[in-house]
Amino acid sequence: MNFSELFKLSGLLGCFSPDGKCLASCLQHRLVVRDASSLQILQLYTCLDQIQYIEWSSDSLFILCAMYKRGIVQVWSLEQPEWHCKIDEGLAGLVASCWSPDGRHILNTTEFHLRITVWSLCTKSVSYIKYPKACQQGVTFTKDGRYMAVAERRDCKDFISIFVCNNWQLLRHFDTETQDLVGIEWAPNGCVLAAWDTCLEYKVLLYSLDGRLLSSYRAYEWLLGVKSIAWSPSSQFLAIGSFDEKVRILNHVTWKKITELNHPATISNKKTIVYKEVEKSPTVDRERLSFPPTRALASSLFSTQSKYEISQVPVSLQYIKPVADRANPKVGVGMLAFSADNCFLATKNDNIPNAVWIWDVRKLKLSVVLEQLCTIQYFQWDPCQPRLAVCTGSSRVYLWSPAGCIVVQVPGEGDFQIMSLSWHPSGDSMLLLGKDHFCVCYLEREEV
Amino acid sequence: MGDWKTITVPVLSSDSKNILPYTSERKRSPTSMNSHVLRLSLPSSKNMHSFFSAFCTEDNIEQSISYIDRELTTLGFPSIYAESKGKELNLIAIINCMNELLALQHKNLRAQEEVEMQHLKLGSDMDHLQNCYAKLKEQLELSKREIVGLQERDRQLQSKNRNLHQLLKNEKDEVQKLQNIISSRATQYNHDMKRKEREYNKLKERLHQLVMNKKDKKLAMEVLNYVGRADGKRGAWRTDKTEARNEEEMYKVLLSEYEQRQGQLLLENAELKKVLQQMKKDIISLLPPQKQKPKERSEDGLVLSDQEEDTGELNKENMWEVSCETVREQLTNSIRKQWRMLKNHVEKLDNQVSRGHSGSLNEKDVISREDHELETEKLELEIQQCKEMIKTQQQLLQQQLTCDDDTTLLLQDCYLLEERERLQEEWRLFREQKKNFEKERKSFTEAAIRLGLERKAFEEDRGAWLKHQFLSMTADCKSENVTTPSAFLRCKYLVQVMFLHNSDPDIHLVKPASRQRKPHLVWSPPVSPEPCQISQYITQNSVASEKPAADNMPNLWVESDDKEETE
Repeated sequence: MNFSELFKLSGLLGCFSPDGKCLASCLQHRLVVRDASSLQILQLYTCLDQIQYIEWSSDSLFILCAMYKRGIVQVWSLEQPEWHCKIDEGLAGLVASCWSPDGRHILNTTEFHLRITVWSLCTKSVSYIKYPKACQQGVTFTKDGRYMAVAERRDCKDFISIFVCNNWQLLRHFDTETQDLVGIEWAPNGCVLAAWDTCLEYKVLLYSLDGRLLSSYRAYEWLLGVKSIAWSPSSQFLAIGSFDEKVRILNHVTWKKITELNHPATISNKKTIVYKEVEKSPTVDRERLSFPPTRALASSLFSTQSKYEISQVPVSLQYIKPVADRANPKVGVGMLAFSADNCFLATKNDNIPNAVWIWDVRKLKLSVVLEQLCTIQYFQWDPCQPRLAVCTGSSRVYLWSPAGCIVVQVPGEGDFQIMSLSWHPSGDSMLLLGKDHFCVCYLEREEV
Repeated sequence: MGDWKTITVPVLSSDSKNILPYTSERKRSPTSMNSHVLRLSLPSSKNMHSFFSAFCTEDNIEQSISYIDRELTTLGFPSIYAESKGKELNLIAIINCMNELLALQHKNLRAQEEVEMQHLKLGSDMDHLQNCYAKLKEQLELSKREIVGLQERDRQLQSKNRNLHQLLKNEKDEVQKLQNIISSRATQYNHDMKRKEREYNKLKERLHQLVMNKKDKKLAMEVLNYVGRADGKRGAWRTDKTEARNEEEMYKVLLSEYEQRQGQLLLENAELKKVLQQMKKDIISLLPPQKQKPKERSEDGLVLSDQEEDTGELNKENMWEVSCETVREQLTNSIRKQWRMLKNHVEKLDNQVSRGHSGSLNEKDVISREDHELETEKLELEIQQCKEMIKTQQQLLQQQLTCDDDTTLLLQDCYLLEERERLQEEWRLFREQKKNFEKERKSFTEAAIRLGLERKAFEEDRGAWLKHQFLSMTADCKSENVTTPSAFLRCKYLVQVMFLHNSDPDIHLVKPASRQRKPHLVWSPPVSPEPCQISQYITQNSVASEKPAADNMPNLWVESDDKEETE
């Protein structure tokens, strides 16, 4: 494993291009585009204000930079550096901005969710989508980029509109039986749309592409409901993580629950492997001690090394009872992700914030638990292999694969705290994002 | 009888206290015998003398004697007087009486002892019983108290139970109430939310209008130049046609998805049906053949035969292509039935085995325990042997594979050396053989040359001899004037002889060299045509027959033939 040096970053804004050739990162109001393998700067663009959001277009030719405070979106071209495009929402304000799947339209959500404007880079036409819903995930595109579903709210009722991305024509418009729709997501096969209700009400609705209600699932009443949802890559399973610390998996044939996955604080099953991160006391070379201590030496002394140990089952994990009188409590399953080959499901129970639970989807059983020293910030599966990268806000990156797991310390100064990470589309390298810096980690083929 | 206690003996006044308290004591203690017991006890030794002397003194001898006599007679003893109303004492009678009295005394003492013993025993028994009684009474008291305590506790627990039930009911009621409250509050909140949302929508509309108005004045998007579409096509107008096409596209997508899924399900179904079929076949094969006992198992047999017929039919029909309801049901039902039969069979076997374990005689198709054990032992031995073999083989493999490079190289070198030496050995042999062959060849050529020379010489001699003979013959003929036929005959005979002789010496000469050949050498030009042919044939023969013999030989002979011919 090789690590690049640390580069400056702001706002956790860094991502690989979809074709994997370039890496874009932001520093205040500058957008830096580098080559993905050599990290040489290819282009440098300056925007009008501090950038709050960047996104690559699907063909990796354009990057949009959104500045919410000024309400401006600037689009840059990689092929023609002198080409520029600026979209000013003016008084309408800007809350969110994203590309359409064809890479030629930009969807801007104005302030107060007044409307979604569809700006076209090819023609002079502009489209408006009225009454969009102000929710967590109100706009979702199918994987093949053909259809877009938008959550709307009119007259205190929720609706879903399905548009054809080709010509932005409305295909279907139907109402949903939800109290307060919070999110919608297409299945990877593009034929089923999952919609889920606010956390005050546990309800998951499944609609077919043509707007028919296929099924409605409700696990229980009164308790706080759905926290997170994930489709399996084959569209066979829908995993629903809820506030009662359980994940329920529905199957695509009957849309009924096939299993419940529990996240108890004590693991007693002998077949589960529990990897526990333990601190290693750093070894110091007697001869190399000098006074005053050099910076590198000081950082290496104070930075703690750690490694994984296999704990003997039964293991009890650190369980946190949240404060009862706050909204959006840190309870329940907050992160869900299927691996790319559909064999594993990684979950995080916010009551046990230091652990990642890895479930074997074929057996529907808990196979591995990773217990870390700090709270899990983010994890992401490798897009090609069943490999999971985890970061906890320390300067170490953790990798798990069915062959085992390793801890890697990012070399350099000790105050690089990894808050997020992002895999390269080919699975060969990983972008580690910290508060002020980022670095790229290159993995060799045989690693893990 | 008189009251013994009221013996008034005047002299005994001083000792009466000793006796009377005794007797009075005895009277007080109740006994079951209810008889007045006289306790006669001898006074202490101190008073003995005074007691003995107190009764009879010198003054009252007669009185004492008469008194004693009176007492004795009343007791049933004979009088101590020699004769009645006489003064002489019958000493024998007195002694007898004394003896009797002593015996009586002894008897009484013994009786008294016995009685005392019994008395003691009874007393201790009574004590014991009293103690028991006291203990039992205590226990009874304790039990009563315990019962009371337990009853009290029971009562308390029951009251507690009732309280808890009550609490539970209260809690349930509260929960129900709270749920009602929640639902009512929820509806209230929803209503409020809707109201606020409507207000908010109104504000948004207003804002939207304002923003739209203001927006008209400013250009919102400035771009250097418009970019082409990703797929290169031009934008299309929105028409009904496009709408219809959209619908079509959407339905195509859905249909393709459904078809794909259906295909997958069909495949799965087919596989599962195959598996079920296989299972059915296996189950049928596992079940024991039912045909031998048609009477007892007639129903099962019938069922089986039905099943078999069914399977035959179904197999013919290519089950996995037919997927209608009835066929599916038939398959599952048949499998269920057979599974049940298999289960019964296995249970029967289990019972048989268990009966066999208990030791009773079994039917012949149940293997006896000893045989079974023997078999298992044999099998275990076999397994052991096989394992050992595998281990040794593994070790050998390991040795081969995990030798260091040096040892492998050495080994390889050793092998190479071995081979090399072998090859060298062979070469040496080969060279030797070659040498031998060369020698033989040389010797043969020499022999042939010698032979040729000898033959030549011999032929010359023969020629000379024949010539001489012929000449001599002709001379004889001339001289003797013998008729020409005889001379001609003789000549002919000579020629024949010459011809024959041609062959013989060669044969003689050649034989030691080789057994197989009958070569024939050309002798002289005059007899050339036939012998030439013959020689040709024979050389051909020799060449042909040379093949099994040594390689060099035919060459030798051909050469020599050539030599001869050229000569």
